[in-house]
Amino acid sequence: MPDLGGVLAYVSFFLAMALINAIACLGLNLQWGQTGLFNVGVAGFVAVGAYVSALLTTPPSDEHLGGFSLPIVVGWLGATVAAGAVSAFVGALTLRLRADYLAITTFGVAIVAQLIALNAQKLTGGTFGIAFIPRPFESLAAAPALFNLANFALVAIVVGVLYVALERLARSPWGRVLRAIREDERAAMALGKNPTRYRLQAFALGGAVMGLAGAIEAHFIGFIAPENYESALTFQIWAMLIVGGSGNNAGAIVGACLIWALWSASGLAISVLVPPEFEARAAALRIVAIGVLLAAMIVLRPRGIFAERAIVSRFLDEETGGEASP
Amino acid sequence: MTLQFLVDGLMAGALIGLGAIGVTLTYSILGFANFAHGEFITFGAYATLLIASAIGAFVAGSDQSIGPLSITWAVIAASVAAIGVTGAMALALDFVLFRRLRGKSAAISLVLASFGASMAIRASLEFAFTSRPTYFARDLQIATPIGLGLKVTPDQIALLIATAVVLMATHALMTRTQVGRAMRAVAENPSLARVAGVNVDETIRVVWLLGAALACVSGVMLGLLVQIRPLMGFDLLLPLFAAAILGGIGSVPGAFLGALIIGLGEAATVQFAGAQWRAAVAFVVLIAVLIVRPSGLFGRSG
Repeated sequence: MPDLGGVLAYVSFFLAMALINAIACLGLNLQWGQTGLFNVGVAGFVAVGAYVSALLTTPPSDEHLGGFSLPIVVGWLGATVAAGAVSAFVGALTLRLRADYLAITTFGVAIVAQLIALNAQKLTGGTFGIAFIPRPFESLAAAPALFNLANFALVAIVVGVLYVALERLARSPWGRVLRAIREDERAAMALGKNPTRYRLQAFALGGAVMGLAGAIEAHFIGFIAPENYESALTFQIWAMLIVGGSGNNAGAIVGACLIWALWSASGLAISVLVPPEFEARAAALRIVAIGVLLAAMIVLRPRGIFAERAIVSRFLDEETGGEASP
Repeated sequence: MTLQFLVDGLMAGALIGLGAIGVTLTYSILGFANFAHGEFITFGAYATLLIASAIGAFVAGSDQSIGPLSITWAVIAASVAAIGVTGAMALALDFVLFRRLRGKSAAISLVLASFGASMAIRASLEFAFTSRPTYFARDLQIATPIGLGLKVTPDQIALLIATAVVLMATHALMTRTQVGRAMRAVAENPSLARVAGVNVDETIRVVWLLGAALACVSGVMLGLLVQIRPLMGFDLLLPLFAAAILGGIGSVPGAFLGALIIGLGEAATVQFAGAQWRAAVAFVVLIAVLIVRPSGLFGRSG
């Protein structure tokens, strides 16, 4: 008789983590997929969300600032607002300049977020991170299967709500302007649209969604530390989006689950098959694979598994039964 | 109050500067921010290490250090060979990746591709050499006082002279030769340069070779002064970009001056605020430039 409870606990844990990644991936899709904004600091924005939410909700501690013992929902909201504000600041500085400046600055944000997490002991707990972050459904924690399943359901609801909201946004006039700017900035300007303003809105909103992903993960695991937010996380989220299909929200979610499955399976395989002294090397090979995959997708199949659907207008969509062609 | 940070800052600035010249040239001539440039530095250091140990094993006496330096003839010969190897790697990367995207897709997808390449190269080096740091030489250098409370090691003096020579050669190449003129013409306007008879493909190859060569020298310097590890170049990437932007994209002297400012800022931060905040300096400089003067010191506005 196999341990059904254990399997269920593992599967629901896996799915919850995959969907949390999917949330960050949806945020990136709004920035890159819809608007063409290149964010190389995804891990930094996720970290801002995780730390803000943790500080707001943990019980008071001598080890770090706060905590303020606020409800988890307040933590989620605080994380979303904080990550959105950081994104808005970065965007305000760089979006009027060449596209690469945004990439370089977001890269710096991730480095500085990592530095602060590691070294500002009084603010972030330093290398030890922050523990005792309240978890939703804490009362179920004695039964891991049930606890993970309940959290999976919660994350699934968040992903569902985000998906519907982002799809509506993509089909709205606002979403059309974003794609117009991405495809032909001058044409959009000629129509009286201010590209910098729209880009800033999309970038801030996408960053806010990444912050939410960080907060949800922090509350699911109950513990955060600086090494969760290294550049490997940024690479993962990018691989998820590029493989799934940038510009397509469903693709972002499927890509997140797919890459997360590959990542978890290869991690499991390494720990089972590879002798401990070679584990670090095998882990490095895993990263090589992601890098090659990313570069190969850009050259060979830039549209990903799910290509972006050409949405002209949701009214046109309704009339033609979703068969709108570009 | 001690001024020792001036010496450390000068060294840091010199090796950031060599990398930043490559970044600024790739950016202005090929039109994208190359996130894999840090890996050129790491690759150059490891290539030198491998070749030097091969030379040391086969040529008797080549692993003896030169005079008061910790540098051996083997390392010097190896670094010359490694410049070629690193250049070949950069050309190969361009051939399999960047060439296919050039002109066809938006410049930003080149940045994304370089981002994937950076990760793949870095992790490959970690696979081959593990993340444990290694060194060209293990012997400690005695620093000699040179007045004003400053101390320098013989290695530092030798590397500063080497940097000055490399810089002058680069400057001469950019300003006095046909290929230098071609590079500046392509940066200005690729189509017009082509019409005027400039071989754009060849110019692009020279840009990669020059950038990779300078990166390799920078990696060897960093390896001699500190250590060699797979993340050494990646950790320099933000200072490289910040220096290139501070100097004004496309300006070779600007990139080097920007690098000196950042190097001195880093060394001052290490001395007065603590080593853990070193990496924040480049970010602060970057943000300040973006607020005050996004075109940089020597850049044209717009």
